[in-house]
Amino acid sequence: MSQVIVVTSGKGGVGKTTTTAAIGASLAKIGKSVVVVDFDVGLRNLDLVLGAERRVVFDLINVVQGQANLSQALVKDKRLDTLWLLPASQTRDKDALTEGGVAKIIDELRESFDYVLCDSPAGIERGAVLAMRHADQAIIVTNPEVSSVRDSDRIIGMLDARTIRAEQGGRIDKHLLISRYDPARVTRGEMLTTEDVADILSIPLLGIVPESEDVLRASNIGMPVTMITPIGPAGIAYETAARRLTGEDVRVAVPEERTGLFDRLFGELGFGRRAAA
Amino acid sequence: MTWFRLFRKPRSARVARDRLKSLLDYERALIGQRDLVSVLREEIIAVVSRHVSLSPDGIRVRTGHVETVPLLRIDVELPASVRG
Repeated sequence: MSQVIVVTSGKGGVGKTTTTAAIGASLAKIGKSVVVVDFDVGLRNLDLVLGAERRVVFDLINVVQGQANLSQALVKDKRLDTLWLLPASQTRDKDALTEGGVAKIIDELRESFDYVLCDSPAGIERGAVLAMRHADQAIIVTNPEVSSVRDSDRIIGMLDARTIRAEQGGRIDKHLLISRYDPARVTRGEMLTTEDVADILSIPLLGIVPESEDVLRASNIGMPVTMITPIGPAGIAYETAARRLTGEDVRVAVPEERTGLFDRLFGELGFGRRAAA
Repeated sequence: MTWFRLFRKPRSARVARDRLKSLLDYERALIGQRDLVSVLREEIIAVVSRHVSLSPDGIRVRTGHVETVPLLRIDVELPASVRG
């Protein structure tokens, strides 16, 4: 059965688009058919992160307004046969996105794909609500930092109130994805631990993505971070998260600091307690 | 190790956690209250409508405070045909 998953956060710049591209590519790599949908009308970027920016002809708004059909607007990934992109419009007004139009598109996508990943715009306005509206599941991308955690809490409240599932008395599966995690700073007590964040937001943990140079390098060359070779720690964390999404029983790994002999000795003595999942 | 910790500044992550916990408790309660208002409003409309016809715009439900006492204020505008 097809699953619609919204990737959301409230706060901007925490890694929604990176996450959508990385998890979409991972799911496609294990043979699932995947469409990633960019809901950030006016500020589209998923095409760029996927390296598909030059092949966009029609977009979400064109489909909503009937200027193109869905198959004309979908862009197929050049590297993965089962990965597709439905781009947002870069030039149109975000009000052009209508509730009925979105409903129709999501219904059509459900028929053709195993996973429909909706990349939400930042904020809690109409665009974010439309992106989450039809979701069966949600990935809440959170940085271990106070403003991101607070905004995630707000978005979780909206997922429980504004989605169709919630309005019909059901619930949507919520998954916490912590990104830009820095194990060295956690060890020094300068960054919230993953348990702190999961405990405050009280939703289950899907994955922990360490702060990594790979993320910028991958976006520079238009590749999801799970597609670059050799795959780095951030890519591995996203791959694990994608497998967990499919229901596979894989443990969430807590990224560890690369330590020298000195740190290890002090660690043994109980000085630098390391976070565990 | 107590002597060692005495000279340390409090760890900032712990401060962040404590601040978030108390802030979110407060914010969740506020949002819960907003939901309460909309639920009450709909149920009052349903109950009153069984007896008199009224326009949904004629109902105002608010929460507030008078000094330290929390209050729920409900105003229902009845049609002109109803006499008190």
